[in-house]
Amino acid sequence: MILPPELKYTASHEWARLEADGTVSVGITDHAQAQLGDIVFVEPPKVGRQLAAGESVGVVESVKAASDIYAPIAGEVVATNDDLGASPERINADAYGAWMYRLKPADPADLEKLLDSAAYEKASAE
Amino acid sequence: MLKTTPLNAIHRAAGARMVDFGGWDMPVNYGSQIEEHHAVRRSAGVFDVSHMRSVDLEGKGVRDFLRFALANDVAKLQVPGKALYSCLLDESAGVIDDLIAYFFRDDWFRLVVNAGTADGDIDWLHRLNALAGHGVALRSRDDLAMIAVQGPQAREAFWSAFPETRSATEALVPFQAARVGDDIVVARTGYTGEDGFEVSCPAEEVATLWNGVVAAGARPCGLGARDTLRLEAGMNLYGQDMDTGASPFDAGLAWTVDLTSARGFFGRKALEARPRACDFLGLVLEDKGGVLRAHQIVVAERGEGEITSGTFSPTLGVSIALARLPVGTAPGEKVRVQVRDKELAARVVKPPFVRHGKPLI
Repeated sequence: MILPPELKYTASHEWARLEADGTVSVGITDHAQAQLGDIVFVEPPKVGRQLAAGESVGVVESVKAASDIYAPIAGEVVATNDDLGASPERINADAYGAWMYRLKPADPADLEKLLDSAAYEKASAE
Repeated sequence: MLKTTPLNAIHRAAGARMVDFGGWDMPVNYGSQIEEHHAVRRSAGVFDVSHMRSVDLEGKGVRDFLRFALANDVAKLQVPGKALYSCLLDESAGVIDDLIAYFFRDDWFRLVVNAGTADGDIDWLHRLNALAGHGVALRSRDDLAMIAVQGPQAREAFWSAFPETRSATEALVPFQAARVGDDIVVARTGYTGEDGFEVSCPAEEVATLWNGVVAAGARPCGLGARDTLRLEAGMNLYGQDMDTGASPFDAGLAWTVDLTSARGFFGRKALEARPRACDFLGLVLEDKGGVLRAHQIVVAERGEGEITSGTFSPTLGVSIALARLPVGTAPGEKVRVQVRDKELAARVVKPPFVRHGKPLI
């Protein structure tokens, strides 16, 4: 299982990365993309939307199935990765490069409440 | 405890992602479902379909029995090896299963049925057998395994691996099979819309067949690609596109029901008395915003319908579906499909969507 140690994770298979500008990038884990198979559609939350932690905010669909994506922490959506609209398969090729959206956290300390790579590995193996 | 095919260890060693498919531990893909799909459309792929069941029917009255038991008419099968697709109907003309019937000898036919329905089919055939009184002997061939080699290069791949089979199988036309040796049957059939063979053999020999065609260039393909290929080819999946709640007419299978003679097959009276509930047609998604899936509601001019199978079509690059639509819905009509919180535009088409590598819509 590929799990960069500098990222934070959720039990619902998102990863979150604190960027230099204070925003947080969000995507789905390599484990999640492998479970879904070939991804053909991504719908991230719209820019400007206020997200609550744990809220269902978008969807990712593979050939096989549709899966909701959830906000790892509360915040406002400040950007979406529009490249994924035309090339959703990038998530399969590079799950941690293919961020879906960026949010401005309501409280940056919320990131510390998420799982680290070891805890996520344990949670997703269960 | 999941049932396994004789190729289970080979799938695992090849890195397959395994899933529970109706109680069987089967490969869904070996990496990329889309690449496996393209391999079958463009060159050759091979599927383990050993979960499907062969049932041999033997005895002098076997043809008469099957003319009674099946909605299609095995009287059409006059040349040994010829095969026929048919539904097995219940007393209200609901579809118990869809199957392929092979004619080998006047006293020997074989049915190849779906994995999940096999035991129920055999029970049903025993009941019909008692009713019809032809004294047919039924034998479930659990000792057989099966692979499907599919794609424009599939037959060449098979012959290159097993050149000794070429002379017996080269002249086969679609829906015709040849027996090779004692217990190997090579049939020019499939479930992908491409050319190819389905080959059944004794379980202990199937690894040799699999490894041979893979070495000859056929790519191992899982049930994921099998589903997108059959959907593009406009072929129904039992349990999804039809079941005992639907008659063959509700599932786009009128072409498989033979009403040309007065033959009194089981379910015929109910079928002829039963009004058609829907038109079974294809959909192509025209809006962006998701993927068509089973159970989504379709709003058409004449009322509501429902998708029975939907997916993203790797060949066409758009989402496609099979759907039950109000009677009178015509190809070309624009409909709306409820996809999560959105209504997306789709166009009604007559399946198939793709055959022999070519888009048809």
